[in-house]
Amino acid sequence: MQLEELITRFQQKDTFAFERLHSMYAENICGVINTIVKDDNLAEEICQDVFVKVWNNALSYNSSKGRFFTWIVNIARNAAIDVMRSKNYKNQKKNLSADYFVSILESKSEGEEKEVNTKGLHSLVSKLKEKCIQVIELLYFKGYTQKEVSEELDIPVGTVKTRNRSCISQLRENMQL
Amino acid sequence: MNVKEYIESGILELYVAGQLSEDENLKVAEHASLYPDVQKEIIAIEASILALSKTAAPKMPLDFAKVYDKIKNLNSFKVVPLKENKTNWTSYMGWAASILLIIGGAYLYNQNEKLQSQIEVVEGQRINLEEQISDAKTSLAKSEDLLSTIRDKNITVIPLGGQEVSPTSYAKVYWNKKEEKLYIDAQGLPEPPDGMVYQVWSLKLNPLTPTSVGLLEDFIEDDNRIFNLTNANASEAFGITLEPAGGSKSPNLEQLYTLGVVSSS
Repeated sequence: MQLEELITRFQQKDTFAFERLHSMYAENICGVINTIVKDDNLAEEICQDVFVKVWNNALSYNSSKGRFFTWIVNIARNAAIDVMRSKNYKNQKKNLSADYFVSILESKSEGEEKEVNTKGLHSLVSKLKEKCIQVIELLYFKGYTQKEVSEELDIPVGTVKTRNRSCISQLRENMQL
Repeated sequence: MNVKEYIESGILELYVAGQLSEDENLKVAEHASLYPDVQKEIIAIEASILALSKTAAPKMPLDFAKVYDKIKNLNSFKVVPLKENKTNWTSYMGWAASILLIIGGAYLYNQNEKLQSQIEVVEGQRINLEEQISDAKTSLAKSEDLLSTIRDKNITVIPLGGQEVSPTSYAKVYWNKKEEKLYIDAQGLPEPPDGMVYQVWSLKLNPLTPTSVGLLEDFIEDDNRIFNLTNANASEAFGITLEPAGGSKSPNLEQLYTLGVVSSS
């Protein structure tokens, strides 16, 4: 089934279509949440609520919101940031960037060497330059605007777009390996 | 549009990142539907982000059943507003029913009032009819009484003919000598003018001696124009004159309307 058809059925409250979408995106969405909360259990809990929210707001999605995945990431990011604030983490949006998600991956891979994909994923990230990891994480996972990224990384705004383009290209190359 | 330049501008990366406005998103989606290369590029960019975000996923199975349970719970909560709607609906029904009841009640009250007044009218008519019947009965009784009186064998009938003043006038006297009763049938007399009254006289002929027998009072009001008088005289003739109201001691012969002699039997 095409993604468009799945989305249409999901918007018609088809739970089977929703289950398919969940299996397609759950790891990614929960992963994005985890880059913010850095706690597997908390991330999983928030992630469930995010999918419930996605279900309840199904009809508010349309193509003006961008890609379906992008739309869910937005909801997930806001939910994660809300939880962090309500838990008095004091983490302002910018402070969330203190560690990058590489640390999650590193701590994770220690005990998970046996999993087939982990090494591949690890190499995927480890081969990225740090400046790429920063740009990608801020733009895609933490929802920074280009201007905020330029301030955070102290680079010109114009550079954010081109650096992002080249970093994504590199990431895509790494995936081919 | 130069697809290659468009792709290399980096806008599609920003599109996947959700960094564009709604209008820009719609434009990109439109380009993606027109140019397969754009669509392919978007999917590739998204795939790389999917792969990267997956590396941070919590180390645990992400079970859809948990999400499903929460949705079911929410849906079961949503039954509550449905029930509320139902109660609202029934309360609307209640309101509608009470309004109908009021309208119905008003209608019935109105109908009842109408029927009540109809009953009153009919009741009035019934009383009228009863009166008419009772009048008719009285009238019948009177007529029967009269008839039996007239048919009595002791009755002497004296026709009174019209005189000079009123040649067309006539009257009849039914005289029961034994019971000393007179019945005057004054049907043939004109209505007396205001302030005047007919007076009946018993006459002796030799010499001519009139004796007043009585007045025909309430002449106009009396429908059958039969008048009851008493006569103890040994009358030889009867006359009726028009006299001033209250009657006179002696007859005004110039106003003698009718006169008749008792035939000797």
